[in-house]
Amino acid sequence: MSFINHPSKEINCKVVYYGPGLCGKTTNLQYIFNKSSGETKGKLISLSTETDRTLFFDFLPLSVGEVRGMKTRFHLYTVPGQVFYDASRKLILRGVDGVVFVADSQLERMEANIESLENLRTNLAEHGYDLSRLPHVVQYNKRDLPNAVPVETLRQALNPGNVPDFEAVAPTGVGVFDTLKAAAKLVLTEIRKAG
Amino acid sequence: MAKQLAIYEEESGRIQDICNRLTADASARVVFLVDKAGQLLASAGQVQGLDMTSLGSLTAGNVVTMAGLAHLIGEAEFPNQYHEGSRESLYMSVVGGRVVLGLVFDNKTSLGLVRLRARKAVEELARVFEQLDQKAATAGPGPLADITDEDIDNLFNE
Repeated sequence: MSFINHPSKEINCKVVYYGPGLCGKTTNLQYIFNKSSGETKGKLISLSTETDRTLFFDFLPLSVGEVRGMKTRFHLYTVPGQVFYDASRKLILRGVDGVVFVADSQLERMEANIESLENLRTNLAEHGYDLSRLPHVVQYNKRDLPNAVPVETLRQALNPGNVPDFEAVAPTGVGVFDTLKAAAKLVLTEIRKAG
Repeated sequence: MAKQLAIYEEESGRIQDICNRLTADASARVVFLVDKAGQLLASAGQVQGLDMTSLGSLTAGNVVTMAGLAHLIGEAEFPNQYHEGSRESLYMSVVGGRVVLGLVFDNKTSLGLVRLRARKAVEELARVFEQLDQKAATAGPGPLADITDEDIDNLFNE
């Protein structure tokens, strides 16, 4: 749910990074955090297990500048990707304005990608949202790995709506900001439409 | 997309007044208000040095988690929560099912007083948010209604 504070001229929006376990959602946020300047970013909070697997969520507040005098800020969240954390994933989608679906390009993770996308649709529906009507983009991560599936195959399976999609190598930042910018633009465009 | 929450000058002033008054009446260190998606709506008291954005996000995460637990045992939600620390404690109360009032307090006050004052503030805040809902239903175009694609592009080209 975007929040518009008229007196302080601020707009806050919530974007959630979703995808199967170990696909690189947290790595996306870590890269954004490391490359953003001090005054634009808040603290990166990671609620993770002792083995650095996301337990509940990662959270990064990020200011992207002003549009028509309104300070625009995105609250970026990741969900825990592991299948058994479904209850937590559902909670994090509450009030979401936009979604980045991060897919793992490796052949052996195709089934997990498809399952996670289906899980995203189901969990959004429980909040009354329809993925096809919610601003979202797709990121094909881990493009540098030798067992990466061709993008066209991933696109057919994971992007039937033909939304903006990006190839990425999250640890080195390839495609990370392109993905975020595309998602942010879709969210702001939707807020504009909502009037 | 989720429904927007917009706060205007008049309601912002009333919310801030309620938070300021509650800080004094409950002798709290900090009073804050977040929506259930984790956006900080207002704060009062000794907020210097506190990461209020993170406090807001984690409070919302906690409240929705407890609501999930409540569902599992057949409750709609746990509207009030108290977390006791060795020096600072945290009290949280759900307002009208959509926002959360939080108080950080120490041993200069008591849980009884915090609970009593918070209950009164929750009722007042609920009325403000009802008024905001009515206003939203009749509001004109939002602040981004007339922005162009170029405005949005420029945001990321700076």
